[in-house]
Formats: sequence, C-alpha cells, structure tokens
Amino acid sequence: MTTTLAPRRRPARQGGPAEGRPASRGGSSVGRPGFVWALPASIFFALFALVPLLAVAALSFTSWSGLGDPKFVGLKNWEALFEDPVMLQSLWLSLLFIVLGIVTQTPLSILLGVWAAGNQRNRAILSAIYFVPLLLSSAAISVLWRALLDPNFGIPGQMSWLFGDGNVLGTQTGAIAVLIFVGMWQFTPFHTLIYQGAARQIPPVLYQAASIDGAGTVRQFFSITLPQLKNSIITSVILMVVGGLTTFETVLILTNGGPGTGTTITAFHMYQEAFRRFDFGTGSAIALVLVVISTAISFAVVRLSGYDKMRSSLEGL
Amino acid sequence: MKTRPNYLAGIGAFIWLGIVAVPLYVMLSATFQTRAGFGDNGPLSLPTTFTLQNYVDAVTSGFGRYFLNTIIVTVGVVGLVLLLVPPLSYAIVRSQSRAASAIFRLFLLGLAIPAQAVIVPVFYLINTVGLYDNLLGVILPTAAFALPICTIILSGTMRDITPELYEAMAMDGATPARSFLRLVLPLSKGGLSTIAVFSALQAWNGFLFPLILTQSESTRVVTLGLFNFQTQFGINIPGLLAAVTLSMVPVLLVYLFARRALVQGLMGAGGK
Repeated sequence: MTTTLAPRRRPARQGGPAEGRPASRGGSSVGRPGFVWALPASIFFALFALVPLLAVAALSFTSWSGLGDPKFVGLKNWEALFEDPVMLQSLWLSLLFIVLGIVTQTPLSILLGVWAAGNQRNRAILSAIYFVPLLLSSAAISVLWRALLDPNFGIPGQMSWLFGDGNVLGTQTGAIAVLIFVGMWQFTPFHTLIYQGAARQIPPVLYQAASIDGAGTVRQFFSITLPQLKNSIITSVILMVVGGLTTFETVLILTNGGPGTGTTITAFHMYQEAFRRFDFGTGSAIALVLVVISTAISFAVVRLSGYDKMRSSLEGL
Repeated sequence: MKTRPNYLAGIGAFIWLGIVAVPLYVMLSATFQTRAGFGDNGPLSLPTTFTLQNYVDAVTSGFGRYFLNTIIVTVGVVGLVLLLVPPLSYAIVRSQSRAASAIFRLFLLGLAIPAQAVIVPVFYLINTVGLYDNLLGVILPTAAFALPICTIILSGTMRDITPELYEAMAMDGATPARSFLRLVLPLSKGGLSTIAVFSALQAWNGFLFPLILTQSESTRVVTLGLFNFQTQFGINIPGLLAAVTLSMVPVLLVYLFARRALVQGLMGAGGK
C-alpha cells in the first residue's frame, strides 16, 4: 500500500462499527482515550471553518460594509447576484478554467507519472526537479511569470514569432492562455506524483501476461495502465475541480481579473465584491455559491468513483 | 517489468524538464545581472554583467522584516498543529466512542471547505476579537485550515502501531495519557515530522489570510511583500526576481533535507 492509497483507504475502515478492523475495535476498553482528547482540535477547527461556513450563509442575507453590524436585507444580495452579468460570466470562466486545466494537465501528468514510476536513477533525479514548482508559493510563481512575460523586458520581446507584439496579458484569450499555462506549470508535478504512486502499484504480472499475449507498449498502456489508474484519475480530477474553482492568487497577481473582467473568475469576483467594494453581503453570497458547487462536485465524484466504498481495481487477481 | 525504453515518454519528459527549468534559470540569471544589462540582453541570453546589488535591494526594501513575520507565522502554525493534531489523531485511532469517529468524518468533510468560502466570516471574527493586523490573527486560521490534512496523515501513521502494544501498556495499568506519551508519540515520529513540514509549507506560502487579515508594513509577510513589490517596482525585474528567489530558498533547503516528509505530506493531500 502506498502513501497515495493509504489515506484514502483509511476512512473506509473508520466507517461503521461493523466494518472496523477487529484488532483495533475489539479488545479491552481499558486505557483507551475518551473523545475528550479530540475536543481541543475539534473546537478550534469548528471555530475557524465550520462556524464561519454557517455564518457565511447567514451573512449572505445581510448588508455589511465592514463597519458596524450586518443588517438583514432578505434576498436582496441573491437577487442582485442573479442579475449581475459579471457573476454569470465568472461562472462560465471558472468552468472554462476547470475544463482547460483538466484537459491540459491530465494527459501530461499521466504520461510523466507513468514514466517517472520506472526505477531508473535518471528518472528519480528528473522527478525531483519536476517537483520544484509545487513547493513555491502561488504568489512567487505569479510574480515570476508576470516578470517573465513583461512586454518590454520579458521573454515575449525575444520571441516575437510566438508572442506577436508581446503584450500577452492584454487580450482576454492571451490572459486565459497564460493563466492556464501557469496553472499547468504549477500543478502538473502534483498530479504527476499521484499517477507515479499509482503506477508503481500496478502488478508487474499484468504486463508480463500482456507481453506473452503479444501486446505492445502502446496497447499495454491503454489496456492495463490507464484502467488501473482509474481511481487516481478520479482523485486528480476532483482536486483540479476544487483547485480550479478557488484559483485566486494567480488571477490577482497576473491579470487582476482583466483585461476588463476578462479573467474575473468566481473566486476573484468574490474577493472584489467583499474586499474592494466592501459589499460583504454579496461577497458572502458568492462564497456560498462556491461552497455549494465545490461540495456538490466532490460528492458527485466520490459517489461515482466508489471512493466511499473503495472498490478495488485489482478484483479478480 | 518493462525492459524496452519508452522513447516517446522520455522525449516528453525532457521537454517538460525544459519548461520547468528554463523559467527558473531565467529567474536566477536575472537576479545576478544589473538592470541595464538585463534590459539590453533580454531574459533568455547569457548574462554579461554580474552584481549582487539586486539582493541588497530586495533585503533593504523591507524583505528582512517580511521574512521575520513569515517565520513567526510559520513557527506559530507548526506549533499549533503539533499541539492539536496528535491528541486528536490518538482519539480517532484508539477511542471507542462514536463521537470520535463522527469527528473524523467531520474533518474529512472539512477538507472540502476552501479558505475563500469562509474568508468573510473569518475576517469578521478576527476583527471582533481585535486581532486584525496582528500576526496571531493570521496564525489561527492558517493552522485551522491545516488541521484536516494533518489529522488524516497522522491518524494513518498511528493506525500502523500494532494493537498488541497498546494492550501491553494497558496490562501494565497505563493511563491513556501515559500510553500517548510513552508509546504513541515515540512511534509516530515519521508522521509528526511529515505534518510539521507540510503545515510549515502551507504557512510559508500562505497568501489569502495575510492579504485579508493584515494591512500595515510591520505585519507584512513575504508572499504579500512580493505582491506589493511587484505593484510598486514592477519595472525593476532583477530586483523583483531576487526577492522571489529569496522567498524560495528556505523551502528548497527543506526540500533538500526533508524531501521524504514533504513528498509524503503532499501525497497525503493527493489521496484526500
């Protein structure tokens, strides 16, 4: 069992008492900690994550500018939100970002992950380098790319055959392309890591059997590797969806939502409404939309994938 | 298993290496060039000038202070995580009460809560308790959002301790507290270092909470300093990139020395 699989399996064990491991569930109750041990962390977490989650729902029905107390205004924020063209556009843009992110990162990270799963020494060294962008803050990465793409002093000035007049962030298409590329640069290593771990778990006997039957490398990849990676693909996609919905720093620093509102995705719109226009009521309503969408998608994928039941892809072996 | 080299994937892997490494090379080479030299040569050319002035500029433009603030936040977050997570994981793994397993499920759900979603109420809360523009106000929510993943990682480590050991401790009349201190903590060192490194990384790279919850220069952290430097002196690219480089150095050092712990933490995050 790899570290990738381990945390995913454990929740299942936790499940009902009937599913629990007899070894840990049974035995004497002497010397076992009470749930009091869990209280400090739980209260702390509730205070900063769970209570605010309820509060954000309540605040979405209020008008609050940051000063004084929030005032109840009923559905006003919600009505305004549904008529706000920037909000509707931001949802489409978020969807576009998510889809483009999945389409660009998934094939690349599967390919790199499967390749890096080999045991050769050079692969280990290269994987260590691939990993670097993942360690850097989104702020540092965004500032770096903004500098690299500077129309006057950056790479576009030296590669006009690719970048034209060099002002890549000046058009909506260019800005979206940059954000997608930077997202890829930053997060491909993470998804590669997921696939690398999973690819190492595929039993070699499957490949041996396939070679005996005369299947080539490509055939083996599509008939063995890809189906065996199904659970990892689901995990990776779910993380891309949630990550894409909450992309914020890169948008703020690279494009500031522009040109115009051309890259104002929902999370950035929320920030602007709340912390630039000081309309915390509307900001809360947008935040709630984000929570609902991200939870709904996570639940849907969890159900579809059988993550909650942990169906094994190795059944029948 | 596969003996034939896979040329296609190999070529792809080398292309990707270029895409990852070239920007990092441009960044480093820019920081050692004078502004004029960088402007004349362009980012992709070999440098013709050498200077350390950019690093001096970065440090004197306030990054010394920002680094101190980030270190304070990081230490605070790691401290809180190490204080709160081990007892919680211990209860999750060993307690027989239903409350403990309900709590575990709650933390699993907590993974799905993005920080953006609760930032307005957190802002309200921090304001109300008077911690706005105070580093403690950044530490508390940052630590809270590190809890779910750290709990999952550490519970995983603690589950690997065999029940016989607990039973032996109980036979000797050990209280839960004694088992925790004498058995669980010493045997969970790997998991503890993983959650320490992982929560440190999150705190070091954190941006949203400091952006919303601090304001003045005296509480500015490195990530915000970079953002600010860019808006103010965006034209001084070598200086800006020197600041970016400095912000990365500590993380890369940790990566060199604690690669295993870091990768395991990230894999845990991936397995969520």
